[in-house]
Amino acid sequence: MSSIIETRDLTREFTVRDRLRRRTVTAVDGLSLRVAAGESVGYIGANGAGKSTTIKMIVGILVPTSGEATTCGLRPVRDRRVLARRVGVVFGQRSQLWWDLPVRESFEILAAIHALRPAEARARAAELAETLELGEFLATPVRQLSLGQRMRAEIAAALLHRPELLILDEPTIGLDVLSKQRLREFLIAERREHGTTLLLTTHDMGDIERLCDRVLVVDRGRLAYDGTLDGLAATVGARRVLVVDLVEPTADLVGLPGTEHLRSKVGGLRQHLVLDGSTTLAAVLAAVAEHAELRDLSIEEPDIEDVVRRIYAASR
Amino acid sequence: MLVRATGVPRLRGDLRLRAYWLLLVAGMRTQSAYPLATFAGLVANATFGLLKTAILFAVVEAAGGGIAGYTAGTMSAYIWLSQGLLGSVNLYGRSDMTERVRTGDVATDFLRPVNVQAANILPAIGKGLFAFVPRGLPSIVIGVLVVGMTMPATPGPYVLGTVSMVLGIVLSHSVVYLVAVSGFWLVETRGFVGLYMAVGGLFAGLFTPFHLFPDWLQVIGRATPFPSMMMFPIDVLTARVTGFAALQVVGVQLAWLAGALAVGHLMTRAGQRKLEVQGG
Amino acid sequence: MVSAYRAVLASRVRAQRSYRTSFALDLVGAFLMGLAELAEVYILYTAVQGIGGFTFAQILLVFGLADLTFSLADIVFGHVDNLPEYVRTGKLDVYFLRPQPVLAQLVTSDISLRRLARAGVGAGALTVGLVLNDIAWGPATVALLALALVSGVATFSALFVTAAGLQFFLVNGAEMTNAFVYGGRYAATQPASVWPRAVTVVFGFVFPMAFTAYLPVTALLGLPGAPWLPSWLGWCAPLAALWSWALALACWRWGIRHYRGAGG
Repeated sequence: MSSIIETRDLTREFTVRDRLRRRTVTAVDGLSLRVAAGESVGYIGANGAGKSTTIKMIVGILVPTSGEATTCGLRPVRDRRVLARRVGVVFGQRSQLWWDLPVRESFEILAAIHALRPAEARARAAELAETLELGEFLATPVRQLSLGQRMRAEIAAALLHRPELLILDEPTIGLDVLSKQRLREFLIAERREHGTTLLLTTHDMGDIERLCDRVLVVDRGRLAYDGTLDGLAATVGARRVLVVDLVEPTADLVGLPGTEHLRSKVGGLRQHLVLDGSTTLAAVLAAVAEHAELRDLSIEEPDIEDVVRRIYAASR
Repeated sequence: MLVRATGVPRLRGDLRLRAYWLLLVAGMRTQSAYPLATFAGLVANATFGLLKTAILFAVVEAAGGGIAGYTAGTMSAYIWLSQGLLGSVNLYGRSDMTERVRTGDVATDFLRPVNVQAANILPAIGKGLFAFVPRGLPSIVIGVLVVGMTMPATPGPYVLGTVSMVLGIVLSHSVVYLVAVSGFWLVETRGFVGLYMAVGGLFAGLFTPFHLFPDWLQVIGRATPFPSMMMFPIDVLTARVTGFAALQVVGVQLAWLAGALAVGHLMTRAGQRKLEVQGG
Repeated sequence: MVSAYRAVLASRVRAQRSYRTSFALDLVGAFLMGLAELAEVYILYTAVQGIGGFTFAQILLVFGLADLTFSLADIVFGHVDNLPEYVRTGKLDVYFLRPQPVLAQLVTSDISLRRLARAGVGAGALTVGLVLNDIAWGPATVALLALALVSGVATFSALFVTAAGLQFFLVNGAEMTNAFVYGGRYAATQPASVWPRAVTVVFGFVFPMAFTAYLPVTALLGLPGAPWLPSWLGWCAPLAALWSWALALACWRWGIRHYRGAGG
């Protein structure tokens, strides 16, 4: 498959001035990575690990100190304006919409900016409004939208010109569970229909699990892991944990299929079972029910910070 | 937002004084945190100073060497002292409080056990007083070195002039506070701010010394607090007015300051009540 | 792009007018500012018999031309001078993600209608000046005036862009550019004949403020120019505008290169 993002020894240094001393900080350090067209890649790392800097170089905002990036076969800085037509970007914390304007008018302006034909733009906007459920607030000024509504509008804005590459920087930050869910479902459908390549930075493991085939972990500007999520979990032992509350104290639930007993609390009233994913949750629950009556259950997702920490620890 | 003054705990007197002192110092520290900004202000000040010098020296020259009691030397003193005070006296009509009232953040101010008016004016005064060191003094030095200026030879004007200058700085921030809290009743105070800038700049002597104005305009000007913010302190400092007249100037400043603080106090109380009733 | 600009502007206009009272107060504030400055000119030029070879009636032309052209430039370009805010809020990064030149997007992102009031003061002063002065009207004088108006707006617009370019380096010291933007406006209302040489270099040539009003007016009225600034230079206002734009675009490119980290 052809690659849509390719970086070779990508490096970016910043000069930081504290008081009178100048210091050079390397935000991205010899990063080489390749994303194939159609892939869906999660790009994770701690704050300040170099994620945003990488993205800014990939889309042509920042010039690399050394090394090079190729996006959609173009040189991002030199070909910025051509590239802009082929990439959609959402920076979670900054808006590309017009604050005082109804969402619909922001879309009209963006369509003009991307030189879309009016009929084509209308059709696309209608499609996005439908799938992202924007209808109820298309006429509302952006400043009055809730965070979840705004993020959906932002993503629609980034997809209006049918980019082949969609880059999302923290798209689910601050969203409630339902909004997150909706957004993820939309992105899955969008990718299925249009084959859009997705690059996603996030602090939410759920985003990665639902959306990404592949994970890149960056640590102090370097690639610390590149592979599947399962592989990541296997590497650092970060797996989902099923927590069951039982009606009566029960002996440790050892040896149930697809699980590994982690620990028990309150004399066996609450037990933690690691899910290895080899069987369905229903099967696991059925197996638990054979031993004890279930009062309640919950699933602990692995904490992405924790995963990253472990990766860092392993790579140092 | 429901805010009840009675529910706010009162601080002990000495603690309260300490809080106010710290607020003043905090203002000074914020100002010192941006040396580049201060330098930038100085560059702008000096440029305007040179342009003012060019035009006002031409005026003095056209008048045959003296006009309204100014010679080239005292005109230069007026120009560079007023440029020096620009970083300290607020003639722009805008303050942090303007924004706090507009956004409604001010509601949290009422929850603190300090006087809201004092807590907002003091940091601004702190900034203003501090700015005089890196912005005011260099402006004056530039004036002395590049143009030269005539200053009094006795210590009296400097002592009273310093008092008058500080009063002018405090007065300007106290009146700007009034503009800010008018936002409790107005959706936007930008118009008021513009009015303050236009009228204030004119009567404070921002570009043209007050004493060059025709009489009728001086009468109007004296009915406003603006000359007391900058023009009159410069008069005292340059010994244009001395002795009893100088004391009178300080008296007028004190009266304006008392008035501004009193009105500010009433407006703060009324604004707080409005927040309580209408929820901001 | 044109239709996009129209849509953005229409929205900005609507947004500014939607708060009717505050917009009206804005207009009044801006008008008063213009009036206060005009009052200062009046005070100075009536306190003595003419300054730098200009009577009050004559300086009205300079003040009017300078204030009108500055205000018109300010309406369209004024917000550009607020670049650090665009950097801080990330708006500038968003402009990089769109297929237009960043500067074009920045310029077209806003418009300040309240400065119309200020332009009104300038236009009024200019009109009164044109009536009061004894002008030998003919195709040449009309052409000179038109040339001065267009070039003046262009020169001041370039000043705002120059400021924006330099503000990439002065994120905390943006006020420094006020020295030549607002200092420049102030200088433009003065007769250049009162300037010392250093000021003539800076505001006669580097930032060619004398070309926006003073020189065209001396050419219009047949007055003698200033040292280094003969009155025929009034016809060269378009050259000054070109030079200003060359400087502005150089500063902008330099600033953008710095922002993107490509040296500079």
